Amino acid sequence: MSTFPKDLLYTPEHEWVDDGEPAKVGITDTATEALGDIVYVELPAVGDLVRAGEVCGEIESTKSVSELFSPVNGEVIAINSAVVDDPALVNTDPYGEGWLIKVAVDAPAELLSPEEYEALATRA
Amino acid sequence: MTDHAALAGAATDAATPTTPELHTPLHEEHLALGAMMVSFAGWQMPLRYSSDLEEHRATRTAAGLFDLTHMGEIDVVGPQAVAALDYALVGAMGRIAIGRAKYTMICAEDGGVIDDLVVYRLGKDHFMVVANASNCAIVIEELRARFHGFDVTLTDDSLTTALLAVQGPEAEAIVTAVVDDPADADAVRALRYYASVPATVAGVQARVARTGYTGEDGFELFVSTDDAVTVWHALRAAGEPHGLIPAGLSARDSLRLEAGMPLYGQELDRTTTPYDAGLGRVVALDKPGDFVGKAALRSRAGSEPARLLVGLEGLTRRAARTGYPVLMGPSGPHVGTVTSGAPSPTLGHPIAMAYVTPEVSGPGTLLAVDVRGRAEQVRVVALPFYRRP
Repeated sequence: MSTFPKDLLYTPEHEWVDDGEPAKVGITDTATEALGDIVYVELPAVGDLVRAGEVCGEIESTKSVSELFSPVNGEVIAINSAVVDDPALVNTDPYGEGWLIKVAVDAPAELLSPEEYEALATRA
Repeated sequence: MTDHAALAGAATDAATPTTPELHTPLHEEHLALGAMMVSFAGWQMPLRYSSDLEEHRATRTAAGLFDLTHMGEIDVVGPQAVAALDYALVGAMGRIAIGRAKYTMICAEDGGVIDDLVVYRLGKDHFMVVANASNCAIVIEELRARFHGFDVTLTDDSLTTALLAVQGPEAEAIVTAVVDDPADADAVRALRYYASVPATVAGVQARVARTGYTGEDGFELFVSTDDAVTVWHALRAAGEPHGLIPAGLSARDSLRLEAGMPLYGQELDRTTTPYDAGLGRVVALDKPGDFVGKAALRSRAGSEPARLLVGLEGLTRRAARTGYPVLMGPSGPHVGTVTSGAPSPTLGHPIAMAYVTPEVSGPGTLLAVDVRGRAEQVRVVALPFYRRP
């Protein structure tokens, strides 16, 4: 069982967000392990508005497709074109090179601490 | 994240929660290898060990090792074994030479497919029928009923038989390395596709068949469940220098899809006849005597099909999946439904099989698939998508 990075916050849908400005968003290794090899990532466009808890993209693996929920409220400032070109990056480095989008956060959202997420993720 | 698409064939068992799931004798091996296990037809099976793509590619370039113990093995023996099987199944079982095997089907009276099978002829009056795990019980029930009045004995060997498959270009080198007797090894090496021989493997009795579900050269080894772990270890050891890795059900599915092979429950079910799936060749309408489904199938063979199974090559990155509608064009009418679909690791683009109306079934026809609300362009192609070099 992996230890989740202490400097991030999480959602029950297995997204993580950092405390940067803009905030960086990705998915956890719990998600990537369940998905298997990721083959296609669909991200929102720069300039799109995202709302916490709403679908903002898709992550497709060999076997299944999962929706990507935004953990935060705000405007998409950047997307990681490296993962669009090479979706396997999300598997190999989900908390680093495999980040997905950066959001200029404009309103707070309810997020889980690493401990709260761990309790949830391990119970699954 | 929410999981949309059901894993092909890995329907979560919605049956009685109190029915304990079966484990193959290799269960602990799978866990020790870190396999992600999944519920399949009442069994706990390995979905993947490391990576679907790695396991798929290894099978195409070196070899993959598969635990297929969940499959059903039915022993059929007796002076009227040929007559009984010829009546019960759609193929001509008497025409199988001793030591050869045949892909065939068991159909209902209306011609609908109950299961697809491989039948191995072990002797003049002795056959082994291999059924899909999900249909084994119904196949046995049907065979018993259809065998009434024939001098034949049916035994369900499924729970005492383990099945290991080695598939890939290195399979022959690996499997012959674990055959004890050089004469047996020569016999295995000389096996034609869809043939089998008995052999002693790693000190135990086995039936080694040159059959498989990947489109590669390969072998399926039938052994006693008591000997499964021994043979698994022997194959892994012999296979290591050849690049053999264990491969799970996920890779098995992407491999068979590339090879254009049908999966019962997707391309084949009670509502399809062998002809719909382009497999009319398995129906021996000319064999002597009656067989279950003959009238319906003869009628179907002589009439225009309502739909045909085709291959679809995805022209964009989003893959068509089971159940997605096939359309004439981006906003066109519904012309069919996808039965199986996934990204093709070997070809680098999405592939799918679908039933479509005959007018749009010609190779080269441009169609679209509604992939979760957006139309993705596809092209009809002849199956298989991949043929081994």
